[in-house]
Amino acid sequence: MSKTYYDPADLRKFGKITEWNEELGNKFFDYYGKVFEEGALTAREKSLIALAVSHTEQCPYCIESYTKDGLQRGITKEEMMEAVHVGAAIKSGATLVHGVQMMNKVNKLEM
Amino acid sequence: MKKSLLARNNDLANTQRQLEILSNGMFADGELPTFAKKIKETNQFPLRPKKLEILQINLGYMCNQVCAHCHVDAGPDRKEIMTVETMQQCLDVIKKTGAHTLDLTGGAPEMNPNFRWFVEEASKAGIKDFIVRSNLTIIRANKKYYDLPEFFKKHNVHVVSSMPHWTRGKTDKQRGDGVFDKSIKALQMLNEVGYGKEGSNLKLDLVYNPSGAFLPGDQMALENDFKKALKEDFNIDFHQLFAITNLPISRFLDYLIASENYEDYMYALVEAYNPLAVENVMCTNTLSVSWDGNLYDCDFNQMLNLKVASKVKHISEYNEELLQNRNIIINQHCYGCTAGAGSSCQGVVA
Repeated sequence: MSKTYYDPADLRKFGKITEWNEELGNKFFDYYGKVFEEGALTAREKSLIALAVSHTEQCPYCIESYTKDGLQRGITKEEMMEAVHVGAAIKSGATLVHGVQMMNKVNKLEM
Repeated sequence: MKKSLLARNNDLANTQRQLEILSNGMFADGELPTFAKKIKETNQFPLRPKKLEILQINLGYMCNQVCAHCHVDAGPDRKEIMTVETMQQCLDVIKKTGAHTLDLTGGAPEMNPNFRWFVEEASKAGIKDFIVRSNLTIIRANKKYYDLPEFFKKHNVHVVSSMPHWTRGKTDKQRGDGVFDKSIKALQMLNEVGYGKEGSNLKLDLVYNPSGAFLPGDQMALENDFKKALKEDFNIDFHQLFAITNLPISRFLDYLIASENYEDYMYALVEAYNPLAVENVMCTNTLSVSWDGNLYDCDFNQMLNLKVASKVKHISEYNEELLQNRNIIINQHCYGCTAGAGSSCQGVVA
């Protein structure tokens, strides 16, 4: 079976989403472009944040984009992996911290 | 030690084969526009030369390194070396032209046995910017090269050196084991004689080529990161960083095909096409002279054996008027110089 849900070539077509709704599509890309401009955070720092979020969101398109973006900026593989661990730590922490909610509920319901 | 494509009898040592690969596939079926078609859209076809500003002379393809991305396919096994006779013809032309920059390249130009004689003679011509493109490790390759920093200083040579990254791993992967440590030592030797210091007239610039199938990022941001890391880790100073896009020819083309990155890379180049960069690509103000004296629009066309489209094809026949009146030869590899902020031997152009 050669067909999959994700096709790497689809990433190149991302810009075409404006074709079915130009106004909202353009607004999104304007916003997106603005977010990644150099600001209080450097473009390099933003790239690493985006890479970490790409992993927690498990978006293969984003992972490809921000891995490439990181390489272009001279970001090392060690820095990239550390960023992914930061994302993973927050993701697992976010799961675990809900354990408190579970514990609260159990404590409330049990005699 | 790795070998050049030529020594390995690799298919891609044949420049005709490279041109076939570049012209076929996605460019032949119209999936991607050819470079000629692209520049026609903005009325920039045919590409014409402006006033000659830079004479770039390739002193030979011999090199002590075998870098994975080398567009020259240089290496220790390459024996092509410019003779004194051709050097003399170049000197005659240098005195005649109004070019303000002389740019010596290779291979490792320092490995040409008549390199020092040529530098001494050329430096008398009063060129404003006299560049030697050094791979740095040559300075540490053999005792006979240890005094190169002093020699460069004596002739006020502008040293432009290759450095793909501020970390050992990335540098050695592209350029060979041990290259990083030798390059660091060579940069420190250049600093010791006064190169690269703030306010110093002894110019030391670095050239950054991406170590893989991706385009260079913002040149200024990379320069800042290089400066910070090299200063903190090794107390090294330099002036500017030139970010140069790898062109899909020769060994880099071989790498792209072998790693199955060729198609994606060409798409990336075409998507990043910047018509503003076309105005200032190096072939418009540069003339490239090969080791055997033939003339090319740029070093990349030289490596594809695409001689200038002019009656004058050799330095011995140099005629400014005839050469000015030519069209620059283009092909799909030219997308490499017009992607993003553009690329040339002097870094970004747009």
